[in-house]
Amino acid sequence: MEFYLYIALFAPLVGSLFSGLFGASVKTSVTGYVASGLLFTSFVSSAILLSYVMSGHTVHVEMMTWMATGDLYIPFGFVVDQVSVVMMMVVTIVSTIVHIYSIGYMDHDKGFNRFFSYLSAFVFSMMVLVMSDNFAGLFIGWEGVGLCSWLLIGFWYQKESATWAANEAFIMNRIADLGMLIGIFLIYWNVGSLQYDVVFAEIGNLPMVIVTWIGIFLFIGAMGKSAQFPLHTWLADAMEGPTPVSALIHAATMVTAGVYLVVRANPIYDLIPNVGLFIASLGAFVALFAASMALVNRDMKRIIAYSTLSQLGYMFVAAGLGAYWVALFHLMAHAFFKALLFLGAGNVMHAMHDELDPFKMGGLGKVMKGTFIMMTLASVALAGIYPFAGFFSKDLILEVGFVEHHYVIYTVLLLTAGLTAFYSFRLVALIFHGEERYKLFGIHPHEAYKFMLVAMSPLLLLAMIAGSFKMTYYQLVINLLPSTQYHVHNVTTYWIMTIGTQLFVMLAIGFAYKKYSNWNTVPDGSSAMEKSFIYKLLWNQYYIPKIYEEVFAKPYLELSKIAWKQIDLKIVDATVDAIANAIYKTGENTRDIQNGNLSSMLRWMVVGLVVLMTLAVAFNVGYNVFGA
Amino acid sequence: MEVTLTHYLVLSSILFAIGLIGVMRRKNLLMLFFATEILLNATNIAFAAISHYIGDLSGQMFAFFIIAIAASEVAIGLGLLIVWYKRTGKIDLDQMNSMRG
Amino acid sequence: MFEAIAFYLFAALTIVMFTITVMTSQALYAITAMAAGMIFISAFFFILGADFLGAIQIIVYTGAVMALYAFGMMFFDTTRDVIEKRTNPQIVFALGVLAAVMVVAIFVAPVVSNNIQALYPMQENVGNSQAVGMVLFTKYLVPFEVAAVMLLVAMIGGIILAGKKMDKSLTLMAEEEISTMDDGFEPQAGGH
Repeated sequence: MEFYLYIALFAPLVGSLFSGLFGASVKTSVTGYVASGLLFTSFVSSAILLSYVMSGHTVHVEMMTWMATGDLYIPFGFVVDQVSVVMMMVVTIVSTIVHIYSIGYMDHDKGFNRFFSYLSAFVFSMMVLVMSDNFAGLFIGWEGVGLCSWLLIGFWYQKESATWAANEAFIMNRIADLGMLIGIFLIYWNVGSLQYDVVFAEIGNLPMVIVTWIGIFLFIGAMGKSAQFPLHTWLADAMEGPTPVSALIHAATMVTAGVYLVVRANPIYDLIPNVGLFIASLGAFVALFAASMALVNRDMKRIIAYSTLSQLGYMFVAAGLGAYWVALFHLMAHAFFKALLFLGAGNVMHAMHDELDPFKMGGLGKVMKGTFIMMTLASVALAGIYPFAGFFSKDLILEVGFVEHHYVIYTVLLLTAGLTAFYSFRLVALIFHGEERYKLFGIHPHEAYKFMLVAMSPLLLLAMIAGSFKMTYYQLVINLLPSTQYHVHNVTTYWIMTIGTQLFVMLAIGFAYKKYSNWNTVPDGSSAMEKSFIYKLLWNQYYIPKIYEEVFAKPYLELSKIAWKQIDLKIVDATVDAIANAIYKTGENTRDIQNGNLSSMLRWMVVGLVVLMTLAVAFNVGYNVFGA
Repeated sequence: MEVTLTHYLVLSSILFAIGLIGVMRRKNLLMLFFATEILLNATNIAFAAISHYIGDLSGQMFAFFIIAIAASEVAIGLGLLIVWYKRTGKIDLDQMNSMRG
Repeated sequence: MFEAIAFYLFAALTIVMFTITVMTSQALYAITAMAAGMIFISAFFFILGADFLGAIQIIVYTGAVMALYAFGMMFFDTTRDVIEKRTNPQIVFALGVLAAVMVVAIFVAPVVSNNIQALYPMQENVGNSQAVGMVLFTKYLVPFEVAAVMLLVAMIGGIILAGKKMDKSLTLMAEEEISTMDDGFEPQAGGH
């Protein structure tokens, strides 16, 4: 089984290196095929590993020693257990589909080869992240996906907004990674090892305070990667990248790494329920917060990005309340339907020549039937309608909140579920129904390549049926995760809750359709609603980017200017200049020694002689007086 | 009123200093050569005196070799001086500045 | 007592003579004072029992070296006053005095005299010349022969340098000058 583990891990790397070879040259389709093929190989290996793990085994290999100095011993070790194999499956399925899809999507792009190189490198990093058997390897993967995310957000580096967004994402993640690093250092400091099994076995013996700090710092890392408040702004801006990137990295895999970290570190978080409660509260807040911003946004991809943010909030609620398997399950289900939603959005973007405002579309359902169906079904899954994937995972989180008696969280999540349904179908209605407003802009939309739709179909299938795997999945992961079942004991309450939620969501969908399916104008900011305070607040993302700009960016700029003008120019440069000037002046003044006059040279020679003799005498005297 | 090694060494030092002053002061190359002869003789005195007071002949041997070197130096030095004088008509140190940096 | 008187007398004479050599502006005075100083130095050698060295001093220095300088002076026409530009004489004297003080300080340091051992002790019943000969032709044979070769080389060098064709320098000439005189350096039979 080690063989399959290495195949699953290194096939994407090989694909990346292969594509990287052609990175600077013009499009060669073969890179796309090779990278996709290798990804598929990786997927097959993961599937074989899954069946192996399901038979009750785990694979644990130590590839080689990475660091061994003194007491520090960190190997490159990889583990395929019940949790990581689920992640591996999610990553390889989504990334294989996204790779194949990208062959069509990036068809006309100059950076075709480069794109596949980055994308496969990302998958490799993600595999390292999920398969590592220690925190150091996880951190390497963590940074690797951060780097690839930066490369891919800024893929169209000629666009200033793209490079800005890439840098924003990178810097925000670095801030969070500092927290994560501190957490890892704390673990090493107190446990003396970074191996998961050692750490989790020892963690119970540590003082509560230290465990709490470890939990907090690791969660700060998770907050950055999973874009939780207040480090959330980068995710929406990250939509500057190509859409397949948004589907793979910023919806299905990388952003869920934070959730994965919390799930993976469940023995730590089990010990500190207070931190867990904080995580859950923050998750609930983010769920509502992001959903509210998605309500008014007029950028298709950003709406989906806010939806991702909101769903990540759900996952953190589950993880924070100790329902790790529920969090992981929602992660999985969400990966499928959100990737599908993004890829569908990619099709629409292509059809609309990169137009992102849904108000400028409308009626596309007639032209793009396949995409229309897929996006609708994905939205249904996202909204959590029975029997789609979202129902099983999302309602489960609601139940967790209810069963754990956190009614505030439950209410917030319920409200968010309604909002989710509303904004999802607002988007669908605006894009695919109503009048064909795009005609005003002279666009002739066309359906995407057939094979792209075919590539997306597995995701569609999974988005519909993922819920039926629930019990299989549950049996699998309880080997590693706490096996708490979350059932509302009172049958009546359970049915009231379930049906109530479904009705509420349906109502929201219906409202969205009623309001937007016959929309016929492009809003220009003159309507009463657009002038209201709440709309403006949401439209400007609660003014948080502006606040960051004012509170952090501008003072930092001022500080940098001061550092530049006062410190760098006046102190550092001046010091360097002074040293240079001193040497220069010394040379200028002493060049008279080299005047070529033999007589003065002889004098200098005598000066040297006298100095040497003086030194000899002085040392001798010193030796006789002090030394011995 | 015994004459000790130190007396000789002090005398040698004084003569050496005179030679040094000559080396630094003289601009005429021939006069400079005289000064170097004084330097060599000063060391010769020191060698001979040490040889005597220690009771070892090595000092005298060194003095011999120094005399030999002095003789060679004069032969070569005067030869070079003549060549220089033929070429420039002067033997002034201040004029020899082709090594200006 | 006699030794002391002789030492101080000759010390004073030597210092005076060499001072004249260094200070005078008359070339003739300088060379005469120098020759006298050389002879006075040989007196120290005699006092110190180095008879052979004293004889060599007189023969080589006062005889050969001084004769060479005398010929040189004839050649350079330095019978007139030597005109020299003097720059910063105070510094020159200060440096000289400092160097002397330092050398004295080093010489009188106790370390020097205490750590020296006689490698080739003088033999009591043998004369100085004989003892010198024995050491020179046994322990110092190789240096002696090398010194002989060196003197030979110096002699040949002196002849060549003072000979013909040495008043031109290839390094100081421009390229064209060298090319125009390309066969000028070929050895010529006889002279003219």
